[in-house]
Amino acid sequence: MVNTAALTGINGLREIRRSPASHLAAALETGSVPGTVVLKEGPFQTMAGVRVDPASEAGSRIASVTGGLPARCGQVAGAEQVSVLWLGPSEFLVVAPEEDHDTLGGDLLGSLTAALGDGPGQVVDLSANRTMFELTGPRARAVLEKGCALDLHPRSFTPGTALATEVGNIPVVLLKTGEESFRLFPRASFADFLGRWLLDAMREFASPEVP
Amino acid sequence: MLLISCPNCGSRDETEFHYGGQAHVPYPENPNDLNDREWAEFLFYRDNTKGAFAERWLHSTGCRQWFNMLRDTVTYDIQAVYPMGAPRPATSTTAPEGATK
Ligand SMILES: [Zn+2]
Repeated sequence: MVNTAALTGINGLREIRRSPASHLAAALETGSVPGTVVLKEGPFQTMAGVRVDPASEAGSRIASVTGGLPARCGQVAGAEQVSVLWLGPSEFLVVAPEEDHDTLGGDLLGSLTAALGDGPGQVVDLSANRTMFELTGPRARAVLEKGCALDLHPRSFTPGTALATEVGNIPVVLLKTGEESFRLFPRASFADFLGRWLLDAMREFASPEVP
Repeated sequence: MLLISCPNCGSRDETEFHYGGQAHVPYPENPNDLNDREWAEFLFYRDNTKGAFAERWLHSTGCRQWFNMLRDTVTYDIQAVYPMGAPRPATSTTAPEGATK
């Protein structure tokens, strides 16, 4: 799916790594309606699950690495390329570009682990846990609304908000990155189902609108 | 579909939650002192209340936190949501059986 040949990591395994929805790449391209709604699988990300009490000393050390921790449901913290999504009062998902992974020359996991130190909590490499779909276009919200019970109207769901919820009965973290762009983070094993579900929900927008 | 107010996340669909059974069932102080009958009653015997019932819920698809809820088992009216460990709030409107007929 994504050409990551430029990145060479440990054990020569980089070349055979396949993203969970790579087999759908052609279908996603065919099913997309440019200018209306476009679906593609995003590039690999480095993801770290962090559990720490944000009010503790370890919490503030972690916050200084990530560029802050979100304080409540929906908030996204972080700096530059790193996003920290709120999963629970003391549970966060750090999402960063693939190159930030320690095996690729980055230091995200190492610096998070060092920041936690011997404080209570955990830092776990979850890079392979979830994949990322990017859904964009003026009808992206209409597609999501077919299978998501949350209020996705821009008055309550604003860019820079992330919510853990269900889309098409699949648990996902739904991140709104722009007025008409969303990122969905399903677990890898749900990528096939959710990709096909989204394609099905997009199908009607390929036909001319019935007046 | 119930709309449940998670203390952390706000109103969410019932399908995002898991039911955790009756709340306020204390673990026995000295489990070794219990005879088989008392132990079985602790493990398996629960109230089957008609009316306001205190129960535990887990927001499994959201914040993954437990909380307590006071729900009317007849009308499904959610009367209170309160943290784990907090005492059951007093209720003014318990509908005893036969109250509205
Ligand atoms: Zn919640």
